[in-house]
Amino acid sequence: MKTLVWVEHDGSAVKDATLAAVTAASKLGEVHLLVAGEGVDGVAKAASEIAGVGKVHVADNAAFAHNLPENVAPLVADLMGSHDAFVAPATTTGKNIAPRVAALLDVMQISEILSVEGPKTFTRPIYAGNAIATVESSDAKLVLTVRGTAFDKAAASGGSGTVEAVSAGGDAGISSFVGAEIAKSERPELTSAKIIVSGGRALGSSEKYQEVIVPLADKLGAALGASRAAVDAGYVPNDYQVGQTGKIVAPEVYFAIGISGAIQHLAGMKDSKTIVAINKDEDAPIFQVADLGLVADLFSAVPELTAKI
Amino acid sequence: MKILVPVKRVLDYNVKPRVKADGTGVDLANVKMSMNPFDEIGVEEAIRLKEKGVATEIVAVSIGPAKAQETLRTALAMGADRAILVQTDDAVEPLAVAKILKAIADAEQPGLVILGKQAIDDDNNQTGQMLAALTGWAQGTFASAVNVEGDSVSVTREVDGGLETVKLKLPAIVTTDLRLNEPRYASLPNIMKAKSKPLDTKSPADYGVDTAPRVKTVKVSEPPVRSAGVKVADVDELVAKLKAMGVHS
Repeated sequence: MKTLVWVEHDGSAVKDATLAAVTAASKLGEVHLLVAGEGVDGVAKAASEIAGVGKVHVADNAAFAHNLPENVAPLVADLMGSHDAFVAPATTTGKNIAPRVAALLDVMQISEILSVEGPKTFTRPIYAGNAIATVESSDAKLVLTVRGTAFDKAAASGGSGTVEAVSAGGDAGISSFVGAEIAKSERPELTSAKIIVSGGRALGSSEKYQEVIVPLADKLGAALGASRAAVDAGYVPNDYQVGQTGKIVAPEVYFAIGISGAIQHLAGMKDSKTIVAINKDEDAPIFQVADLGLVADLFSAVPELTAKI
Repeated sequence: MKILVPVKRVLDYNVKPRVKADGTGVDLANVKMSMNPFDEIGVEEAIRLKEKGVATEIVAVSIGPAKAQETLRTALAMGADRAILVQTDDAVEPLAVAKILKAIADAEQPGLVILGKQAIDDDNNQTGQMLAALTGWAQGTFASAVNVEGDSVSVTREVDGGLETVKLKLPAIVTTDLRLNEPRYASLPNIMKAKSKPLDTKSPADYGVDTAPRVKTVKVSEPPVRSAGVKVADVDELVAKLKAMGVHS
């Protein structure tokens, strides 16, 4: 089987989510990549060095600069003439593009796969991860999105793919990119961080989040996260949200501070290797999944932890 | 401008899903069912556009069993003008749903279709994007703000790193994210009034769509259970345990 993996990048570097998608695709067969964007020579070179990749298709065109699905999906559908599976990371970009590709190919997509069980059989979460479905496609081609935390990352070096320019496609003329507010941060990204420190509604305010959560994260070199309740209350921006409707994370260590542990939140972090919970309510559901639990007032316990760790 | 709002009847978001013992799916017998929360946000957004004078008519559509009528009545009570039920007892996959919606869009000629970004039962996150592909319209997915400006709509999207704004030519497809709005509750007089609003019943065959599944569910199982670990007495013990794991500054 020949797979075509969507390379998620920021214009200069390949994002980690791509590497997990490569691992998933390699379980199906040959791995070919698609790098779409404008001025993406550097990304294409980096992509060709990912272990185990074959051809790297590069579509360099201003119309692909912002991943507009109206422009990109026809390009992918065109390339799928010579591939058997389109594999995209389940990022907001992948989720935006893949179903549009699937419908153009008249294929029923399989979303957020957790494992590859056979050439057309996969597992995927349903009901916010409260159940796992094993599903089998009967379509001639496959369109898949891959949950990044469920697959190991392919090595970013050691490969020797061949770069090939694609001239197909262009601007469909129905959509345009206006602007973005992307948070710039020295911190590791939430979805690839080794340690995450998350705060919940118990913090009570944006100021307290800054005062209590941020110093611990600084000290540990951790990414910052939050529960939906904290995001909805306006303590932090929406891209901090960990949970079924936010980001799905699986770091080595996840600190849940002042987070009760709603199903919604657990669905986003329960695959973390070690979960540390600090909450003053000893009956909080978070303690049912925590490896290390501390029943304490976070406003005194967390600064003490920050000082002593 | 007419707005089409597809709504799905799903297990209520407050009910904990239980996997059936025979592994065929999640038990939906005698449990509370409600409108998919993301679809509720879609209905609310359509109503706000009508209140602003941008939209003139809101048509709610549901594809599902006879009981999906209740979901449509909820949309009508919130403020939709009329409803179409495409009745079927089969589970209909997003691709087939998108094909039915494409046929309805051809007939109704809406300026906007506002859908939930995903249904909270099968979590596919596909229908809006697929409908956009089939109609050839632009798509603004995971919307946190929607502004109609003349013959285009500007959509602010919640993306992994933050927010992104795109401008789409109308007609267009929008899928809602959580922070787009807070849906209203239907008032009692509006619930009463909704009972007399028009609701058409159709079948997938009326739209010439084959709903035979492309993906077979082999089995549904419980997720691996994570067991509780230990409670530590104080911060010192927590620090010691973390340091033993190699976690320190």
